[in-house]
Order: sequence, then structure tokens, then C-alpha cells
Amino acid sequence: MGATTAHSAEHAHTAHHHHEESFISKYIFSHDHKMIGKQFLVTAIFMAWVAVIMSLIFRLQLAWPGEGFAFTSFFLGEKWAPGGVLDPNMYLALVTIHGTIMVFFVLTGGLSGTFANLLIPLQIGARDMASGFINMLSYWFFLMSSVVMLASLFVEGGPASSGWTVYPPLSALPQTIPGSGAGMTLWLVSMTLFIASSLLGGLNYVATILNLRTKGMKMTRLPLTMWAILITAVLGVLSFPVLLSAALLLLMDRSMGTSFYLSDIHVAGEALDHVGGSPVLFQHLFWFLGHPEVYIVLLPALGITSEIISTNARKPIFGYRAMIGSILAIGFLSFIVWGHHMFVTGMNPFLGSVFVATTLLIAIPSAVKVFNYITTLWRGNIIFTPAMLFSVGLVATFIAGGLTGIILADSALDINVHDTYFVVAHFHIVMGMSAIFGMFAGIYHWFPKMYGRMMNTKLGYAHFWITFVCAFGVFFPMHFIGLAGAPRRYYSYSEFPMFNGVMDLNILVTVFAIIGALAQVIFTYNFFYSMKRGPKAVQNPWKSNTLEWTTPVEHLHGNWPGPLPVVHRWPYDYSKPGKQEDWVSQITPLEHDEEEH
Amino acid sequence: MMKLLILLVVVLGVMAIAQLARVYELTARLRGKREEDISAADNRMNARLMWAFLIAYFAFFLWLVMAYGDKMLPVAASEHGAETDWLLNFNWIILLIAFVLTNVLLFWFAGKYIYSKDRKAFWQPHNNKLELIWTVIPAGVLAVIIIMGLTTWGKITAPAGPGAVEVELYAKQFDWTARYPGADGVLGATDFRLINGTNPLGIVTKESIQLRMDEIDASIAGSDSLLANTIMADNKRAEVTEQVERLRRTQARIVNLRTVMELDIKEKGSASQYLYGADDIVTKDFYLPVRKEAKILIRSRDVIHSAYIPHLRSQMNAVPGMTTTMKMVPTITTDSMRTHVMKDDTFDFILLCNKICGASHYNMQMPLTVTTATDYEKWMAEQFKKPFQAPPADATPAAPAVVDSTTVTVPVTAQASVITN
Repeated sequence: MGATTAHSAEHAHTAHHHHEESFISKYIFSHDHKMIGKQFLVTAIFMAWVAVIMSLIFRLQLAWPGEGFAFTSFFLGEKWAPGGVLDPNMYLALVTIHGTIMVFFVLTGGLSGTFANLLIPLQIGARDMASGFINMLSYWFFLMSSVVMLASLFVEGGPASSGWTVYPPLSALPQTIPGSGAGMTLWLVSMTLFIASSLLGGLNYVATILNLRTKGMKMTRLPLTMWAILITAVLGVLSFPVLLSAALLLLMDRSMGTSFYLSDIHVAGEALDHVGGSPVLFQHLFWFLGHPEVYIVLLPALGITSEIISTNARKPIFGYRAMIGSILAIGFLSFIVWGHHMFVTGMNPFLGSVFVATTLLIAIPSAVKVFNYITTLWRGNIIFTPAMLFSVGLVATFIAGGLTGIILADSALDINVHDTYFVVAHFHIVMGMSAIFGMFAGIYHWFPKMYGRMMNTKLGYAHFWITFVCAFGVFFPMHFIGLAGAPRRYYSYSEFPMFNGVMDLNILVTVFAIIGALAQVIFTYNFFYSMKRGPKAVQNPWKSNTLEWTTPVEHLHGNWPGPLPVVHRWPYDYSKPGKQEDWVSQITPLEHDEEEH
Repeated sequence: MMKLLILLVVVLGVMAIAQLARVYELTARLRGKREEDISAADNRMNARLMWAFLIAYFAFFLWLVMAYGDKMLPVAASEHGAETDWLLNFNWIILLIAFVLTNVLLFWFAGKYIYSKDRKAFWQPHNNKLELIWTVIPAGVLAVIIIMGLTTWGKITAPAGPGAVEVELYAKQFDWTARYPGADGVLGATDFRLINGTNPLGIVTKESIQLRMDEIDASIAGSDSLLANTIMADNKRAEVTEQVERLRRTQARIVNLRTVMELDIKEKGSASQYLYGADDIVTKDFYLPVRKEAKILIRSRDVIHSAYIPHLRSQMNAVPGMTTTMKMVPTITTDSMRTHVMKDDTFDFILLCNKICGASHYNMQMPLTVTTATDYEKWMAEQFKKPFQAPPADATPAAPAVVDSTTVTVPVTAQASVITN
């Protein structure tokens, strides 16, 4: 790093274009996609820690309800945790903000933001993003949104507390819960900024992938990461505006006396003026984003894993075209399934049946993906880098969480598990764990590309195995708590003797959660230590075929010192018969009698 | 002190990790290797751990099933519940097969094909026949799941038949109230603007309208005299003025409601929905007769709640501004549950709130008693005599909610009661 930009980058500005970039233009207002990717990543790691600590606080309360903990009072103080006992309103605030941060700031901003920015120009052979400036704005909106979200933790009344889905009227009326005051306003402002960030980023990703591919990089030669990120960006661009409109209407209901979501409400001793609105409308708008959002979170992780599994099994990804097809199918179907979150809202039962059918159809491309991953491993030549471990972990969580999804998608069965811990278990495994495993895999895999150094492998192993075991230790027992009928978002179950039988599982879950969180200390240490002191990376440490490994280790603005590389083959020529090595870079021309694949 | 200790532990932990990592790096360098290179031993260890994990994973699953299988919800106490439980078990079988199959293959392959310099991976970029197989088989299985699921769903959500017991569940932060039709067999109309201490559900009757109008008049008069006779800060004055305006608006709407009601009565005569409210039974007890279809109408006063009765496998949201419904046929009485199923004298069916609704969401419950038809009749007869007791949380003193006048006798078969505002 810190190299002088001797070559003339096509996108660079003429103003400061000699010698070293200043600290500000290099690290802060950077237009360089690699730096922006890293900015997203470091911000996301910080946000993830905030959300993890929140989850530990409420896990302590769930395991030992009503007991005081120094840990709790350390973070929350006497107001929200008198004597170290978590306040019920704060409990709801914590689950709300934990969910919001994890879904949006870590797994959307953090995952897409990091890897789309880092990888798109590198893997398609471009100097930078289509618009470096818009890309920079995307990060700055993201950071502002993070700051506003964190600021909401400190307002009187506490942060938003109506669940990360912020259903009105609870989220609209401060009379119903203290968190729906200033905290909720900040939540909406933060989300508005976040959506702006996501849209700016998404448009840029789509434009770059479609327009800036280097010579020979046909769509059918794109790495699967690129396909996944492309479809993710399309989903985001189409669905986030709907959330924006939902948020704006909610803002108006809250502050300007409109009645989009409110009707016939009598609260705090008085009848409100609002008539004619429908709270269910908000749910439709919310989940029209909310469900594609699940795939916005998941698809990049699946793309990253496809790449890593193929590279480290030294074997072409099985069924490349089928993988693309299933990404497209999942992307398309994700827009017509949102109603499965609303089977018990009083939505028309016939509409419900349509959503049952469309939702269960998603299981087909998902199954294809799983079988293709497994077949890629079959008779492979597997190298267990930490990235590979996390990729295998992703397939395992995708299986476990995907299968319970079939129960939840079946409206007749959903009635009894809706909003119970069964759902909590399901989405944490299939969306939370899978996506975070994909993110970890990506970090370990592309760390040498980001920082020119290697992460410590042994710590990576320790990190993976502890995290992997704890992930199942935390979320697997939750299925059983849910099947006993225990609802989610309960501060305590002590008022319900019927759940006594499964409550000791909560202690097990919390113990695993604590160990799992400690394992993230290993990761964080490894990440920041290796950034500065890790062993120097070679140009292509994993013997990978894709273009990013043909760039020099030292970052250049413009990525390739000479002309852009020309692509001659697909990215998965691993262990190709007749080749000396077990890999062939995409820039190696086909021999005259060689078939592409 | 405790905080210091926690910080100390964290700092020491990080330092320990750091030292361990350094030791690894240095020993690797001593052996002439780079730590970041994956050795054959590393690969072998991880491969073995993959297999070990597979075994531990299934063992953990089995342990959970054996230790907690009997602590899941007991046998379904409703007709559709028995059906969904069967369907759930049927799905479990399919899912278990897929779960075991895919996990065994995944971890087995991951552990088996360890890297070796001496061989190359099998070149197999695609195989259309295999792809076809694992597209068509899941598609077929899912078709079965969809068809069976939708058949059951159709039955559950079909409208309740004539003669079903009709009950309204009314949710508010943080309790439930039940309403049964009175002697006329029909639930009367409601309006949220009529809600007060004595009329917690806002049932519309001529009396409740008059009562509410008087109440608002009194409030407005009180505020007016306050405004006229006291010195207050400008913001306080604005606040009171605004409150008066809101009350006036509410009053105007109530006047409107009264006009609509009078017109409706004039037009429809004794079929008007506004004539059935007076004898409705508002109660904190929730009773259902066994083996009789129950049609539950669900409403909410403030935010979204959800009426969830786990033992009956029933759930439906309570949404302010609309009436949702669910139906069920309870098949086991509370007594039989106590003596035969749970062997626990304190057992009760529970109606609980299952949609985040505020600070006390975790304790918004109401017991449900399922009784024999005769006991149900007996209980019903008592309710006719008993005036409604407003919950202690409400500040206003309790008074009879059932305004005993305008008893209009209508045939009980008039099932289609419309509950709107």
C-alpha cells in the first residue's frame, strides 16, 4: 500500500494526481472501490459487535430472568437495568436494534457493501466502479445511517422497541411504548439514509457489472460471486424503494396526523382521530422489501461460497449454469412470496394459499444449489482453508434452516409456530448464520487481496470450529422451545408454567451464545492484527482462477498496472484434464483444440 | 469493581490469544514453514473434525428429541389441530430424510476427499441427468406438500358453519376480554369512540351513546372553565385547547354515529345491528363448549396483538380497525386435560398474546376453559346475571356494562352479525 500511482488510472481525477494521495483522499473520502469495500467491512464489524453485545444482554435475561448482572448494568446503567436487571422496555429495544443492525447494517451493508465493492471491478476486469463518486456517497450514507442508529440508543425513552419489523400502530404511537418516541423517529431517519446508501450502491453495482466487463468476460464467464451480487443489487434496487415509501408513510402517520396505517384506536384513555387506515398495509409494504431482503442477505453469501468451495475443492463448481439459473429463480420468486410472513394477519385465506405455493417453489432452486455444492465436494481435492471451512458451514446451516422453512411456508402448519421460537431458530440459521458464514468465508478468502497480508490460519480454525458448534448450540434448541409453543419477544416466561419444561434449554442456549461471542474476539483480534502484522501475501495465495488474483498485491488505483486483462475462459477450470497445474487462470488463452468446459 | 474485573478478563483473554498465535507462527517458522500454508496435518485434522461434527450434530439432535420430545405441546385439543399435527409429522418424515441424507453426504465428502498433491480432482463441470433428477424429485415432493397443506388450510379457513358458538376476543394493552352474545344470540355493533370505564368494548346502544355524550360534555365544560378561570402557561393552554377540540371532533363523530344508527333502525327494523348490543355479555372468563364449533371474532383497541392458543393450534392477529376471525372445534375439556392428558390439577388452556405489543407483552394471557355442553349452558346462565367487572387497571369504578333495556328477541339463527364501526 502507499504506492505512488505511476500509471494513469482512467477514472482518477486530474486534481490530485501526482505522488502520494493525502490521508484524507486515501482513507476517508476515497473513490477507490477497494478502500470503500474495506470501509464498509470495518464499519460492519463494529456494528456487529454492538449487536452481539445486545444479544448477550437479552440472552442473560432469558436464561436467568430477573437476575441482576454486572455485564448488563455495565452497558445499560441504572436507568435501563436497575440493579443489573434488564428493564422490559429495554429488552424489546434490544431485540429490535439487534435485529435491525444485523439484518441491515451487518448482513446487507456489511456483506454486499464489502464484497460488491471489493470484488466487482476486480473480478470483471474493470479499473473501478462505474461511478467512484456515487460509490463514495454510498459509504457515507451508510456511515451516517449507522451513526444515527447508534445515536438512537441514547435518547430519552430508548431506541425503537417495536421489533425490527416496526409494525404500526405500536411503532406509530409513543403512548403505546416509550421507544416509539424520538427513538423511532431516529430509526426511520437512519433507515432512510440506509436505503439511499443501498440504492446508490446497488445502481452502481448493476451498471458496473453490465457495462464494464473486460474483453472476453461474457456473462457466462462471470464468476458466480458476480452473478449473485448482480441479482442481489437488482433485488435491492427494486425492493428498497418500497420500504422507503413505507417508512415515509409511517413518518407522516407519526408526525403529520395522516392515517395510512391507523384506524379506530383508543389508547391512553382517548379515542384518536385516525380512521380508515390499515396496519396490514404496512406489513404488505414492509415484507415486499422484507422478503427479497432475506435473499439480498443470502445470495452474496451463496455466491462467495460457490467461488470458495470450487477453488478449495480444486474442482469446477458443479452445474455452473444451473447455479446461475437457481440464483435467477430465487431472485424472481423472492418478489412473490412476501405474504408468507402474514398468514395469521387476517389476510384473505386464498391469497395465503397463493403465497404457500410460491414460497415452497423456492425450495426447488435452493435444493439444486445444495446438491450442487455437495457434488462439487465429491471426489474433490479439498484444502481446508478457514474460508473453505466457513463455506462448508454455510451449506450445513443452509440445509438445516432451509428445511424448517418448508414447515413455516405451509400456512396450515405455520399457524401454530408463527411468531414462536421456531421462527427465531429458522431465520437465524438460514439467514443469520448462513450469511455470516458466507461473510466470514469471504473475509478469510479475500483478506490477502484487501490488505496484502495473510490472516492467521490456526486462529481461523479455532474461530470456525467454536463458532460453528456454538451456532448450532444456540439455534438448534430454539426449535424445541418453539415447538413447545413459546412465543418470541417475551421478556420472561415465568408467568407461563406451561413452558417450564423447556426453559432450561434457554440456559444451554445462553452458554453457547457467550462462548460463541468470545470466539468472535479471536476473529476480531486476528483481523486487526493481521492487517498490520500478518505475513505478507503472495499474489495468488489460493491458486485461484479469477481475475482479482492477477492484480499486484500492492493496491493500485486502477487495479492493473498495464492494460486490462483479457478473459479467455470461464473461472472454474480447476483440475482440468490435460493441464499441468490444477488451475488455469481466466486470462490463459484456450489451446487450439481445447474445449471451454 | 465487577466492571474492572470484566475488563481485566477480556484484556487477558485477548493477550492470551495473541501470544498463542505468535507461538504458532514462530514454531511454524522454526520448522521452515509458513504459518499460512495449509499443511497435510491441518487438512487431516479438519477432515476428521468434519466427521466428528456430523456425529456430534446428530447426537445432539437425538438428545434433544429424547430429552425434550415429551415437553413439546401435548396432543392437540381441537379437530383441526389433530389434522395439522398429523400433517406436521408427515412433513417431519420427509424433512428428516432430506436432513440426514444431505448432511451425511456433505460432511462425509468434506472429510473424505482430503487434498493430495499426487492426484487431481475429478473433472465434472456438469451432468444434466443428475441436475434433472434433483430438480424433479424435490419438485414432486413439494407438490405433494403443497397440495396436502392447502387442503388442510382450506378446511381451517373455511367460514364457520351455522350454529357455531360465537365469541369475540378483544385485545388491549395488556389483557384480553371476551364478549358473548346475549339472549338475542347476536353480537351488537361497536365503536371505539364509545369506549369508557363502563363500556370497555365500545358497544353501541342508545344509552351508551348518551352516556358518552354526557361524559364528553362534562369534560369539555371542565376544560372550558379551566381555560376561563385559571392562569396557565401558553403551551399548557394550547394543550388543553387542543384536547377540547379533539373531544369536540369525537363528539361530532358520535352524533354522526347516532344518526346512522337511527336511520339503520328505521330502515331495517329489528334486523339492525345496532339493536343487539344491549344484552351482550362482557367478561374476563373465556369458556368454550367441547365438540362444538366455535367462531372467534378478534378485535383490538390499540396495537396489533395476536390471539394464540397453543393447545388448540389456533392463532390469529388482533388488528385495530378490523375484525379477524378463526374457528375451531375443541375436542378435549379442561377437566380431561387435567386428569387424563397432563395429570396436573392446575392445567389450563391458555390464550396468550403472540405479537409484540409493549412492555407487558410477555404477560398478556387469559385462561380458556373448555367444558361439556351442559356446564357451558350453566356458566352461560350465570353470566346473564353477573354484571361486568371492569379490570382493576382501569381507573374508573366498575359499573354494570350490560345496559338492561331494549331487549329485542330475535331468532338465534340470525348468525350473520356484522361487527363494524
